[in-house]
Amino acid sequence: MRALCWTSGGELAVGQVPDPELRNDHDVIVRVRRSATCGADLPLLTGQVPGLAAGEVLGHEFLGDVVEVGAGVRRHRVGDRVVVCASVACGACWYCRRGLPSCCDNGSTDPTANEAEWGHPVAGCFGLPRAAGGFAGSHAEYVRVPYADVGAFPVPESVGDDRALFASDAAPAGWLGAEGGEVRPGDVVAVWGAGAVGQLVARAAWLLGAERVVVVDRHPARLLMARRHVGAETIDRRDTDVAAELREFSGGRGPDVCVEAVGGPAGEHLSLAARFSGRARAPEAVREAVYACRKGGSVFVLNGGARHVDAFPVGTVVQKGLTVRGGRQHGQRHIPMLLDRMARDELRTEYLATHHFPLERAAEGYALFRDRPEECLRAVFTPH
Amino acid sequence: MGRVGTVVAVAGALGVAAARATRTAVTRQRARRVARPGCWQVVTVDRPPEQVLPSAAWPEPLRRLDGAVEVAVAPAPGGRGTELAARARPHAVWPGLAAHLLGDDPGLLVRRTLWQVKQLVETGEVLRADRTPGERGPVPPIDAPRWPADGPPR
Repeated sequence: MRALCWTSGGELAVGQVPDPELRNDHDVIVRVRRSATCGADLPLLTGQVPGLAAGEVLGHEFLGDVVEVGAGVRRHRVGDRVVVCASVACGACWYCRRGLPSCCDNGSTDPTANEAEWGHPVAGCFGLPRAAGGFAGSHAEYVRVPYADVGAFPVPESVGDDRALFASDAAPAGWLGAEGGEVRPGDVVAVWGAGAVGQLVARAAWLLGAERVVVVDRHPARLLMARRHVGAETIDRRDTDVAAELREFSGGRGPDVCVEAVGGPAGEHLSLAARFSGRARAPEAVREAVYACRKGGSVFVLNGGARHVDAFPVGTVVQKGLTVRGGRQHGQRHIPMLLDRMARDELRTEYLATHHFPLERAAEGYALFRDRPEECLRAVFTPH
Repeated sequence: MGRVGTVVAVAGALGVAAARATRTAVTRQRARRVARPGCWQVVTVDRPPEQVLPSAAWPEPLRRLDGAVEVAVAPAPGGRGTELAARARPHAVWPGLAAHLLGDDPGLLVRRTLWQVKQLVETGEVLRADRTPGERGPVPPIDAPRWPADGPPR
């Protein structure tokens, strides 16, 4: 089959790789209809993520049709149109059974591989280096989906491919930002980042009853989309004092909930020595959110590219009594609800797919996504 | 954690189960923090002890280390299932493939094995990876543009 691979020499190229195969009884094979770029992929392209091997197939946000079913699969049949959660979780461990599938103990083929980095194993993900699970990516004609009864969901007939696609990752991430930040009716919510996830955090905040929502970014075109499609107010960080604007926006109190959704690398993978010698970058958006948030408020960090950052204002967290939390999306818990909202037109996401490319031009799609964020919110590949 | 009453299954080469003395919480906590040969490696399995080691029989991933490790189980606090612990036996002779894979870190092999047991008990299967690029062989390019990942059309 054809697939977009990261190759030696730091290139992206579409090449021929063997078709995926059922490896466990709970697998299905999905024929990909749509697969989207994501900001979390960008550090991979520049080699900032250790362990990426030449020939790895990229991509994790996708939907498609089931074409093969493992012996243990109960909820899917050949021909089902499904959206697949970008992260891999078992549905059976202590964390999954308590609604925390991104913390799954069994979502990786080698749980010891990322213990060193994160302290404990976490859910796997498609299209990342082997330590993140061991699952090939979705920028391909076919993908093997482990634990398919847990991570693949039938798409209602009335929901189109371009809308349902974002139920795979961006929409559950956006929902988690608002839910995890504990947005309540009447809240003032500030979101850093007007990418797909940031806009969906803003939309989720509205749906949870927020009274005012503002999105902060430096790309006017993205801010325009946030105003037009989400109805949020916006702050262009290039030409204003964000903290002052947010104080004004919230009656001097500061937002009740601040969500960081800037995407991309907030920090690099550095040794302890490098971090203490001052080479590490500061997490600017999180720092700004901590300063801006009202006393006793909540800061939620979504940035999947965040690794190690130092010089963080811990004292501000203490003095203001903040709650700071983070998380990867819990799609296995949220996707059915999000698909329902999509079917009811409460959640419209197709506008996020600003560019479509056939799989053969996927490298060009990534170049556009990376280099022209003004123009390209998400590039979507269509392998068939 | 109070005293840990352990149900212990220690098997020799013939798979004979034997009882083992109670271990203290101190020993158990050290096993969690230190990953070095000879220390206890522990995972918590979200199932009761009788499902983790039914009739004191070792599940398949552990059976491969038969004779080389000792194993202990104890109920986890708060109804969180079973704490499954294993450590290399002193002067153990590692069997077959395990010896080949061991390198100089038996602790890591024991730990990986415990995770496999946990996966098997909780999900019914040990998750297998997709074939790696190395296993798949070279990627013949198709007739499509190639862009340097950190360069091209800006």
